Amino acid sequence: MFKMHKFLSTVVMLAILVTVTYMPNAVAAQSVPDCGTEPVTLNAYFETGFDIPFKLAEEFTKQYPNVTWDIKQDQFTNLINSTPRLLSGDNPPDLIRLPTMVSFAEQGLLKNLDEYASAFGWNEWPVPQLNQNRVAEDGTRGSGSLYAMGLNYSLTGIFYNRELAAQIGMTEPPKTLAEFDDLLAKAKEAGLLPIMMWGSAKSGMGLAFPLQNLMAAYGPVEPINDWIFQKPGATIDTPSNLIAAQHLQRWIENGYFPPDINAIEYTDANARFGKGEGVFIFNGDWQNAGYDTDMPGNVGFFLMPPAEEGGSPAAMSAPLTFGIAARAKNADCAAFFFNWVASNDVARQINVAIGGSNPGGPSGLVMPEVPAGSVTNETLAAGVVVGEAGTSMDFIANATSAIFAQGWTPELQKMVGGRQDAAGLLKAVQEEYERELSE
Amino acid sequence: MTSDNRPASLAFPRWISFSKVVHRETIIGWLFVLPALLMYAVFVLLPFLLSIQYSFYRWNGIGPMTWVGLHNYETVLEVPNLLGTISNAFRLVVYFSFIPVTLGLVVASVMTRVATGRLGAVARTVLFLPQVIPLVAAGIIWGWLLALPGLINQILKAVGLGSFTRAWLGDFDWALPAVGFIGIWVLLGFCTVLLWTGMTRLDPALYESARIDGAGWLTEFGKITVPLLRHEIGVCLTVTVIAALAAFDIVYVSTAGGPGNATAVPGIQIYILAFTQQRIGLASALAVMLMALVLVVVIPIQRLSRESTQ
Repeated sequence: MFKMHKFLSTVVMLAILVTVTYMPNAVAAQSVPDCGTEPVTLNAYFETGFDIPFKLAEEFTKQYPNVTWDIKQDQFTNLINSTPRLLSGDNPPDLIRLPTMVSFAEQGLLKNLDEYASAFGWNEWPVPQLNQNRVAEDGTRGSGSLYAMGLNYSLTGIFYNRELAAQIGMTEPPKTLAEFDDLLAKAKEAGLLPIMMWGSAKSGMGLAFPLQNLMAAYGPVEPINDWIFQKPGATIDTPSNLIAAQHLQRWIENGYFPPDINAIEYTDANARFGKGEGVFIFNGDWQNAGYDTDMPGNVGFFLMPPAEEGGSPAAMSAPLTFGIAARAKNADCAAFFFNWVASNDVARQINVAIGGSNPGGPSGLVMPEVPAGSVTNETLAAGVVVGEAGTSMDFIANATSAIFAQGWTPELQKMVGGRQDAAGLLKAVQEEYERELSE
Repeated sequence: MTSDNRPASLAFPRWISFSKVVHRETIIGWLFVLPALLMYAVFVLLPFLLSIQYSFYRWNGIGPMTWVGLHNYETVLEVPNLLGTISNAFRLVVYFSFIPVTLGLVVASVMTRVATGRLGAVARTVLFLPQVIPLVAAGIIWGWLLALPGLINQILKAVGLGSFTRAWLGDFDWALPAVGFIGIWVLLGFCTVLLWTGMTRLDPALYESARIDGAGWLTEFGKITVPLLRHEIGVCLTVTVIAALAAFDIVYVSTAGGPGNATAVPGIQIYILAFTQQRIGLASALAVMLMALVLVVVIPIQRLSRESTQ
């Protein structure tokens, strides 16, 4: 009898506890969550070397003085390795830069942001913004529940040195791949390095950029995205991708890339491009500020041209992804921060000025002003083109957590060294992909 | 009965008191060892046993563990990239071990003969310096030196060997030797100083009598120095072979395993498998195999050097 009584009281206590625990969420669904007025310290993990989140955090505290920050930072590669332990640890972060997300979402380590999305109206934002951060129940990315948000949306393409481009007779960006090929040949003839690129295993093989651009020039972007999002049966070893890889192999054999590419790191490649080595470089708008500083007024940008005239140019574009730990203490405040970054005028200005990337957000908002002469003007305009054509892709390097280190980087390095051909490259990467997914 | 018992009863307390002393000393001894033993158990033995346990499971480090038996070991033997790292590690032994020990012997022997005074001390300090410099910093500096626009290639061009210039760490044929060269630079000083210390304790009378018999430097070196230094050589070989087989830092900061796995070693693969891919089981299996390999190579070296000293 006594035992029964004790059992009942425990059940009642548990029921109360469960109700109380779920109360904030219930409230969140009805009204818009915010940071309140009580002092809040957001526990955050940012990526070393990327200023934007730090500047945004600073501005956020200016506008909401009750919010202070406890920011830890680490290199991206270290973050890849420590994220699972940080998320599952004793002090789970309210905000964390996410290198990958599918496995963390599946393991229940990330907060499901669906309720916040409906509370803040994120679902009404232009579609591609949120899709890359959705994970379906079967573990494929691109649709399903929202598990992360982008602080901004980067865009990749081809930067060029205006002076050197004029030297080889380029008066306007090429409209087709054939025109671009022509320019590369002219640069080589003129004794210039046609394309500066990095390729050391230390920063990862940069040729994944031109390769993916060539893939999207020769074929549609959907199968590439399917592969990145791990849709069942997706393969990178397709006929049009083979043509793309063969094209890249020709570029390598023609000597369009630096001969020491396998030893060049990301920072070295950009420093050398800034000093005038290389007519073109494949990169993303996160490097805009660096190029504007190194070669003011002398750098231009265009999207990889399509194989056929009149086709739509495509581009890799990805959110600067941040997530909230499932057991984060201040999830509401972190979600409010996400919303603020995309919609607050000052935050959007910081995002464009420092990050060089599109701040995203609701479709009706005005794009912040950019100084004349900055290459950011060109990348933002190009983003509109890609957005309208619906030809944005995620990065083939991000398909799985190790496909870049174990697949693309070594196999593309072998191609540079003449030890791998186009067909072998795609086959080897596909095998590695399937091996990793079968685990 | 009683007479039989008496000696026993006399001896019994004595035995007890003796055993008490031994017992007490044993306890005190263990107490002294305990803190170190505890640390050793927690930070070496326990992780070691756990690695063996993990190697039989599929585990991502967070979720549930699934028993897979020997599957992880089969994977290591089947996937060429994983097995290839082990052959790279053995190629590194040449650079990290054989060359530093051989060169160290020659340099130390020249020091004891020619540079006994201040010059020798300066030479030893210079050679030993790489041991003091953090390897990560050294790896980055060597990365610059060995780059295409780097100092090494500039020197080659200056002396008319321009056709030999290349991006040493990005070249398929030369990346491993280049990493090996960094290893020689790091380990030569250690070997030289250790062997030199051994040489200074050798009896000069041996050399004198050899010289009276008309032995040259080479004969002395081969017949006296090397045989008597077997113990030191054994230590050098053990340390450097382990450094080669378990290499991580030098390779990670200079090439990160590239180009195209040309310098990938087990240490780097274990790191990528465990932390980037969250495949703790497979990483542990490779680690256990690496440890077994190290033992297989190092135990005979130890045995040889011990036998010779007896």
